[in-house]
Amino acid sequence: MNTSPHVRRFAELRLTDRPTVGGKGASLGELTFAGAPVPPGYVVTTTAFDAFLGALDPDGEIRTAIEALDSEDTEAITRVVTPVRERIEAAELPEEVAAAIRGHYRDLDSESDTPGEPAPVAVRSSATSEDAEDASFAGLQDTYLWVRGEDALVENVRRCWASLYSVESVSYRRRLGLPEHDLAMAVVVQRMIDPRCAGVMFTRSPLTGDRSVVALEASWGLGSALVSGDVTPDKYVVGKVTGDICSRTVSAKLRQHRMDPSGSGVLEEDVPEYLRDEPCLSDEEIHELVTLGRQVESHYGAPQDIEWAISRNLAPGHNIYLLQSRPETVWASREKAPTASPKARAFDHVLSLLGGAGSGPGGSTK
Amino acid sequence: MNDDRTAPRFPLPSELTDVAGAEGWASMYPYYTRFQPGDDQRFWFYNAMHFPEPMPAFDAITAEAPYTAIGANTARMFVFPTTLGIEHRIVNGRVYITANPVTDPEEIQHRLAEFSERAGYYYENWDDLYQGWVARITALIDEVQRIEVPRLPEFEDPEVVFQAKGVAQNHYVRENYHRLIDLYSKMWHHHSEFLMLGYGAYVVFFEFCKTSFPEIPDQDVARMVAGIDVILYRPDDELKKLAKLAVEYGVDDLFVEGCEPDKVLAALAARGDGGRSWLEAMDAVREPWFNMSTGAGFYHHHRSWNDDLTVPFAALPGYVDQARRGELLDRPTEQLTAERERIAQEYRSLLAGEEEQAAFDQMLGLARVVFPFVEDHNFYCEHYFTTKFFAKVREFGELLHDHGVLADAEDVFQLNHTEVGQALTDVMLAWAAGSKPVGSAHVRETVAERKRMLEALAGWSPPPALGPVPEVLNDPAVRMLWGITAETIQAWSTPTADGDHEVRGFAASPGVVEGTARVLLSANDIGQVREGEVLVCPVTAPSWGPVFGKIAAAVSDIGGTMSHAAIVAREYGLPAVVGTGHATKRITTGQRLRVDGDRGIVTILD
Repeated sequence: MNTSPHVRRFAELRLTDRPTVGGKGASLGELTFAGAPVPPGYVVTTTAFDAFLGALDPDGEIRTAIEALDSEDTEAITRVVTPVRERIEAAELPEEVAAAIRGHYRDLDSESDTPGEPAPVAVRSSATSEDAEDASFAGLQDTYLWVRGEDALVENVRRCWASLYSVESVSYRRRLGLPEHDLAMAVVVQRMIDPRCAGVMFTRSPLTGDRSVVALEASWGLGSALVSGDVTPDKYVVGKVTGDICSRTVSAKLRQHRMDPSGSGVLEEDVPEYLRDEPCLSDEEIHELVTLGRQVESHYGAPQDIEWAISRNLAPGHNIYLLQSRPETVWASREKAPTASPKARAFDHVLSLLGGAGSGPGGSTK
Repeated sequence: MNDDRTAPRFPLPSELTDVAGAEGWASMYPYYTRFQPGDDQRFWFYNAMHFPEPMPAFDAITAEAPYTAIGANTARMFVFPTTLGIEHRIVNGRVYITANPVTDPEEIQHRLAEFSERAGYYYENWDDLYQGWVARITALIDEVQRIEVPRLPEFEDPEVVFQAKGVAQNHYVRENYHRLIDLYSKMWHHHSEFLMLGYGAYVVFFEFCKTSFPEIPDQDVARMVAGIDVILYRPDDELKKLAKLAVEYGVDDLFVEGCEPDKVLAALAARGDGGRSWLEAMDAVREPWFNMSTGAGFYHHHRSWNDDLTVPFAALPGYVDQARRGELLDRPTEQLTAERERIAQEYRSLLAGEEEQAAFDQMLGLARVVFPFVEDHNFYCEHYFTTKFFAKVREFGELLHDHGVLADAEDVFQLNHTEVGQALTDVMLAWAAGSKPVGSAHVRETVAERKRMLEALAGWSPPPALGPVPEVLNDPAVRMLWGITAETIQAWSTPTADGDHEVRGFAASPGVVEGTARVLLSANDIGQVREGEVLVCPVTAPSWGPVFGKIAAAVSDIGGTMSHAAIVAREYGLPAVVGTGHATKRITTGQRLRVDGDRGIVTILD
């Protein structure tokens, strides 16, 4: 049982926990609650950040100094934040914060599927802004992949926090006039899986908005190759109702992102020739993903945009993970008027169609 | 849809030349089936779905009678607002058709008032009227069977005199022949009676589904509507029962792949009680269930199961094998019904709101009401009636043969239906005069010449369409039945990008399999199909049902997603690609194929 306020496991979280664990942490918690296979992990809460910064800057001098900066004055910002970042990256964590982070990491490590070496984790910032997910920090904070061992983890948590004090982050906050004293950041620590392939899944068609199909895109290695547009993915469309795979496009997948052979960091490389034109998903995997997608969709009650990955090391049936799910927004924002309304008699629909669409009694069906 | 594509260019009717060696083909058909100069301005497509082979002279009636009836039904009886009838033309033995639209808005409105009242009456009373229809059509089938072909005795039966009948037998030659032709025409009127209204109700539901779920596969729409207890499946179900009986009676060893029906029948007769019981059981179901044409019911030489047991006996070894292994042969109708309901309910629940769900309920409900007719009329009309009709024509052929006009009774089909009337008149006159028919030399020459021409015509590759493509092409029946849309036409007129290795068509039934091709140009060769082969044919008819039990996939030149081939393939869970345009030309027997029923692509792997 977790007693520290500084760390919370995904399993304890729901969307409503966003103020202390950030958007990403809360959504991974909700997804875990929905019964989806999410790689295990926990969130270093805003409380931990507060405790850390409180110890580093008990009188709020740093924060006051930053609030006084002009967003246009890059030189002044650089002068102020450089030592701050150095201090953050070098500072000891308060004992109870460090203990909580390390203790939970050991739990994760003990569930490792590759015993003998420290479990690799991803360390990501998780913004707490309520109004627009990650908007206030969009793209400004780093993500660190394949982090191994307690010491490296603590160091990368500090790097995450420190990234709040990059020149770009600070000028961004100053431009918006955000108060420094309310500033908080949560950090997600999540077991890395080494994906054979990864991709995205929309529980409605991104092309037509059709809610009766699930569209999947997949490519070899990490999903970042696909999201960044580095590769043309395989595409599958699956009917929700029958489970039939209605269309299947296997593309030539030329690039992949994968774990660096050194065991840390990401390598971008060409896909070996023999794999390029091979489909990266089996029918079983497609069906399993679609089942998961529908489960998450029904948990949220709305079509979802989901990131997933399939482990290279685990056995079929236990190798699929969901990494993120958010409500689909593009089609949701343009739901159209009903395509048809009931008529006095069922055959009035036919009369109006055969009468020349739209010219029949009782108006148009289309 | 893209409108910036270049307009496809099909040959004009006037640009077609006679097939070498068949220059006199036009003499086989009535004058009103010839292309006229003005026809160059209209768009025609080859109706390979119903007429995949050159038409023997007599068989041209299978185009004339349907189009007489369908047009009367839509244009004059129900007064469809936007559609008149279908015109047909024959060139080089092939049937091309075009649908005549109504485009003047004022005229459409004028017709709509009539149509609403008339069609409304049929929709409102559909079930009652359909029950009546079944009674009418079975009475008609009865009537055609009762037609007598007079034998023209040396002397009239004395009763003709003593009952003062006053009419000699030769009169009945013509009367009964005309009645046969008239009944055939009448059957086609009944065939059309509900058909377009039925398609209309289905198309409305189909279009609604496509609007609400733009990516819904056509077959899913069909699965929500299609009947489970369909008469068209009954012949196949009867075969399965016979397979079980073969095991029960201990005669199952006699059903081996490739064995000729005659040999199996002889062996059964020699097998004592078990064999006799099985033969009795088969005889009990032959009427009416073996009245299935091996084609779509438009050619005299596509014999019925009853005429030629090859088709049912090609399917029996497989079924017997399954029965022996104790596999369930019955169609799981309860399960199919539950699945149909589940699919419909799930799509319904995906609709945006209660308004749409209520409309969905109305349209689906109506589509299901009309569908028994849409599915089952085929058995009554194209198969049962037509089998009896051709059998009667053969009897008249025998009469002509007996009187020396024809060398072979089967040659009657080389004369068109008015020419048969003339030949019969020749016999009537000769019998009355005590002379010989004068036409025998002339008729036999014509028959020989026509057989030769048909052979030459069979080698012709008819263009899929003729003339300029119209701007609007949205006839619901044309779309549902023939699968002809702006996209199809575009595909026909542009060669596939992937060269010689791909044939594209409609994804009619899902799944991907590989197998060896068996190209069948005539349904009569169906006995050649072996277990696990991919059937490649001009068009598959419902009567091929049994063979679907042994093939791995089906590919056809013609047909839409509601063509019966597509429905049957889905029923059997086989991948199918239909409406490829020219699969039978591009693929040869023995080639390895990959059939992708998800995408509608056939890949030639060799």
